Amino acid sequence: MKKLINDPMNVVPEALEGMAKAHPDLIKVHFNPNFVYRADAPRPGKVAVISGGGSGHEPMHVGFVGYGMLDAACPGAVFTSPTPDQMYEAAKMVHGGAGILMIVKNYAGDVMNFDMAADLLRGEGFQVESVLIADDVAVESSLYSQGRRGTGTTVLAEKILGAAAERGYDLQRLAALGRRVAENGRSMGMALTSCTVPHVGKPTFELGEDEMEIGIGIHGEPGRYREPLKKADEIVERLMEPILKDLPFKAGDRVICMVNSMGGTPLSELYIVYRKVAEICEKSGIQIVRNLVGAYITSLEMAGTSITLLRADDEMLELWDHPVKTPALRWGM
Amino acid sequence: MPVMRDDVVAWLERCAAVLEENRDYLTQLDAAIGDADHGANMDRGFKAFMAKLPSVADKDIGTILKTLGMTLVATVGGAGGPLYGTFFLQLGVKTANKLMLTPEDWAEALEAGINGVIARGQARPGDKTMVDALLPALEAFKEAIRNGDSFGKALQRMAEAAEQGMKATIPMVARKGRASYLGERSAGHQDPGATSSYLILKAAADTWANAT
Repeated sequence: MKKLINDPMNVVPEALEGMAKAHPDLIKVHFNPNFVYRADAPRPGKVAVISGGGSGHEPMHVGFVGYGMLDAACPGAVFTSPTPDQMYEAAKMVHGGAGILMIVKNYAGDVMNFDMAADLLRGEGFQVESVLIADDVAVESSLYSQGRRGTGTTVLAEKILGAAAERGYDLQRLAALGRRVAENGRSMGMALTSCTVPHVGKPTFELGEDEMEIGIGIHGEPGRYREPLKKADEIVERLMEPILKDLPFKAGDRVICMVNSMGGTPLSELYIVYRKVAEICEKSGIQIVRNLVGAYITSLEMAGTSITLLRADDEMLELWDHPVKTPALRWGM
Repeated sequence: MPVMRDDVVAWLERCAAVLEENRDYLTQLDAAIGDADHGANMDRGFKAFMAKLPSVADKDIGTILKTLGMTLVATVGGAGGPLYGTFFLQLGVKTANKLMLTPEDWAEALEAGINGVIARGQARPGDKTMVDALLPALEAFKEAIRNGDSFGKALQRMAEAAEQGMKATIPMVARKGRASYLGERSAGHQDPGATSSYLILKAAADTWANAT
């Protein structure tokens, strides 16, 4: 293992210490339990928007704390769900008296830990709602499994819901909007290389020099299939086809499109991917009205990409354009 | 003698010892169909509780069990933390302010714990989870008490049923948690959660063998 670290066991706290020093105007970091929260929290009268998940996906979620996005984010150990005491303490720190909205990705551990935190908070009289993101079309939806994984749509949901909370949406309206975003977002990813969890010390899976994994999960979980490496345009076709078919996206739809790096893929390659995504959308009559191209939801140093499309209505677009100021996403202010 | 507060403490100490002994075994079971951390997670959780035990060992049974539940929730992580945390928190709710447990108290507490696990994890019997060890164990315990068995004897029946339930998970196809992504490939492996549940109930039966 070759990593720019001091101690595999201290990766999460040392990264948080660095974040706190880099962005003292935007965020504060609380340790034991660990969470990142807005420097100006609590915001009275505003619904507190909270998320979290395993570390190793940065900038998600800790990089999205700040004005117009999250009030707090709870980072677990690398690729491991945070524990309820983190969400519980974070919520108590940032709530502004208008309730708490939790944005949760659909993994068994995440769902249960957030549910428990919600129960603890409700037990103390807080109003809590949660929005579940389950957008990964690589997992066939089934009654007989945990269901789809939560991936790229989470980033878009955090932006849109954060803006809505800033504009004064109440908790019920915010939760309803969150469910609409979750229902209209679809993602799929692929890997060129594996990644190495620091405290494990060896690659999560083996992938040959000439192979790729289509449908990879953000923790290196197996995808739909493995095959010889193809050209970028063909890879994009393999990701876009199941995404478009699933919702389905139709001619006339307006979408927010995210082309995301899994961590190790450079921006130039992401633009090669975006070029083909844009071409496919154009041919299908789908209008990309906003986009994000970059590393937003990663899997450590894995090379690869994921594509997310969100069918957006006027309300979502207006909220998308609302100013945001976080360590990883900033515009309009 | 019913089960006294010190017997509950002895049970939890035994749980910690048994989970430490079986740490690698549980992790191996988990490596086959999950993410290979169940043994280490449970061991870490119970070790954290053992560090706190001296500060609550003279409190009521409910306080002791609730402290265990909260400790597991905060230290185990993954799915095991909330599930076992809920189990012991519910046991603690039902035994609040008690300094001893009758067979009826234990049946009621165990049932609440299992209902908490089911509500938290949404697992049904046959999904290849800890529920497959816990539910038959509860039924066997209640039946034994109805049939006039002693507390200790009924606990023995409970542990036997948990063991059978644990073994019955081997051919099952997982429908919950990370193992469910494997689909048919999860069959042929014993569920690690059902295994740790058996170990915890077996520890109770062994520690409280002479309860009446």
